[in-house]
Amino acid sequence: MPKELIRLVDCTMAFDGEIVLNAINLTIHDKEFLTLLGPSGCGKTTTLRLIGGFETPTSGGIFFDGARINDVPPHKRRVNTVFQKYALFPHLNVFENVAFGLRIAKIPDGGGKKSRLPEGEIEERVQGALELVGLKGYHRRRVHQLSGGQQQRVAIARAIVNRPQVLLLDEPLGALDLKLRKEMQHELKEIQRQVGITFVYVTHDQEEALTMSDTVVVMNHGNIQQIGTPVDIYNEPVNAFVADFIGESNIIQGVMHKDYSVSFAGRLFECVDSGFDPNQPVDVVVRPEDVRMTPPDGGQLRGTVNSVTFKGVFYEIFIDVGEIEWMVHSTSAPKIGDEVGLLLTPEDIHVMDRPDLFPEGAEALTLEDVDPEPEFEDGGGDGEDGEEA
Amino acid sequence: MKRRGGLLAFPYAVWMILFTVVPMLLVVWFALTDEDGLPTVGNFIRLWDYGAVFGRSLGLAAVSTVICLLIGYPLAYVLSRETDAMRNTAMLLIMLPMWINILLRTYAWMSILENSGLLNQLLSFLRLPALHIINTPSAVALGMVYNYLPFMVLPVLTVITKIDDSVVEAAQDLGGSQATVFRRVILPLSLPGVLSGITMVFVPAVSTFIISKLLGGGKSMLLGDLIEMQFLGNTYNPYLGSAISLVMMVIVLISMALMNRFGEGEEEVMGL
Ligand SMILES: Nc1ncnc2c1ncn2[C@@H]1O[C@H](COP(=O)(O)OP(=O)(O)OP(=O)(O)O)[C@@H](O)[C@H]1O
Ligand SMILES: [Mg+2]
Repeated sequence: MPKELIRLVDCTMAFDGEIVLNAINLTIHDKEFLTLLGPSGCGKTTTLRLIGGFETPTSGGIFFDGARINDVPPHKRRVNTVFQKYALFPHLNVFENVAFGLRIAKIPDGGGKKSRLPEGEIEERVQGALELVGLKGYHRRRVHQLSGGQQQRVAIARAIVNRPQVLLLDEPLGALDLKLRKEMQHELKEIQRQVGITFVYVTHDQEEALTMSDTVVVMNHGNIQQIGTPVDIYNEPVNAFVADFIGESNIIQGVMHKDYSVSFAGRLFECVDSGFDPNQPVDVVVRPEDVRMTPPDGGQLRGTVNSVTFKGVFYEIFIDVGEIEWMVHSTSAPKIGDEVGLLLTPEDIHVMDRPDLFPEGAEALTLEDVDPEPEFEDGGGDGEDGEEA
Repeated sequence: MKRRGGLLAFPYAVWMILFTVVPMLLVVWFALTDEDGLPTVGNFIRLWDYGAVFGRSLGLAAVSTVICLLIGYPLAYVLSRETDAMRNTAMLLIMLPMWINILLRTYAWMSILENSGLLNQLLSFLRLPALHIINTPSAVALGMVYNYLPFMVLPVLTVITKIDDSVVEAAQDLGGSQATVFRRVILPLSLPGVLSGITMVFVPAVSTFIISKLLGGGKSMLLGDLIEMQFLGNTYNPYLGSAISLVMMVIVLISMALMNRFGEGEEEVMGL
């Protein structure tokens, strides 16, 4: 990893006594693509606002290059933001919106004086940025004449044109259709690589987070749940919340019998996890693509097919097994009402602490905030795509 | 629907015709006739004699408007950054004098500014030389600023308060210091408020007659006084009075149109 650039130390943010960020610790490295991922209202925007300088943490410290910047105003931070609500200047046209940062920038010239960027360079850079976001030829438009997706891209251009050291992006592709979003994901990733900008990226689209990031930070209710590479987060989620938020999961309550042995769904399974207390209640997480369907007697569990939905590459199949309905992803489709067996191999069974059953260790807030029976939205944000062209 | 809408507008239409259109036509009629009811442009030619009054009126109104802007804009800007409670209290205090009759307020200023008035008593108490302001154009300007300042503060404050915080944050984010953000974002976005403030101060200021009469001591006659004289004074001459009114109205309309033009032009320049 390159050197550390930004560090949040025990940052707590409270609005009117209500804790929105709960003592979060986060290290962002130079040139890293770090994504904050979490459900609506979990504190992603607030975290960005702390880094951008628009909020001062109630307690804790923010460090940039080792220096504490809690009280440094936004315009003195080497950070630019793509705002969730775009925040374009209504009195300026597209060109002037993008040129705003360049026009007011003071660049040191040889003689120790500060001077403005020459008009030619501004023109060139603004047009370049507009081309990058696919808005070539729109520079004379007034911003209120643009669609939501076009406004969002102006906001992106307005930030990247300044080539900041750190770019904070708050759901920058939220208003774009799937195709354009994929293109822009690619463009942003290219910019980040080529120019070597540190990206702090906010999204609630887990696929976007996994495909673009070096590091993913999963948040919930103002707490960081897990920090890791996309592969780590997907394969080794630390708790049922992360497992459910990243990809789809079967989450079953179970009991750890002893090391490498867990009981759930009415029987004992071999697993690869150890280090739990004997008979500790746990969450068992199994990815739908890891469940294999067999003839009725070929698996450890037996159930009835409840529904089959075609999802493009695979079928999503729900199977009733006693009390529990299992989700299975498979390329072959059984018929509704078929009896099938379910086969789980030890590596596919992920055993996790149940956060709601932590004893006094957890603080009042955490206890309150953790939903005992999580009913989280599925990660796939595709359904929420905007309709902008 | 359309008919309904038309019906609802009926009382207003009647009101407008009776109390605006008809009087306007009367003014035009009077301005273009003489005592014998014969058509003439003589009333307008006679206006040349009153060039000085026109100049003084427009000048004083302009000076007062500028002073109102210089005081009102910073006040509005500061208030826009206060909490809602503070801002509402301040607005109440600004509006409060407007609930008192203008005559009364102006009389009060008279007794403050008089040679042996409150102001000079205070000055002599502090052993400072006395100020002889009363019955000078300065006193009239002061009266105008005092009376019309709220008309500047309120529209400007309304417009500044409506500016989205996120736009200001975006400007800061892009490196704008407080001064830069003000100059490049807040000022241009508050221009519509400034324009309506200027209009709302300038128009009544150019036609006032009470203020100049009481604080100017009749020495520096303004258009308002001149018109009043033609209708109510010894020199009864509604024909001349109408002509003056008409010309004044045209001047006001032209200056308003110019200002709106300027406002749009400004936007264009900023947006190019
Ligand atoms: N200025 C504020 N005053 C009071 N509460 C606030 C303020 N800003 C944010 N909050 C609260 O803080 C919580 C986190 O808000 P935040 O905007 O950080 O969420 P988010 O993760 O960005 O959500 P989303 O994905 O919907 O944008 C929310 O419950 C919100 O209501
Ligand atoms: Mg947000």
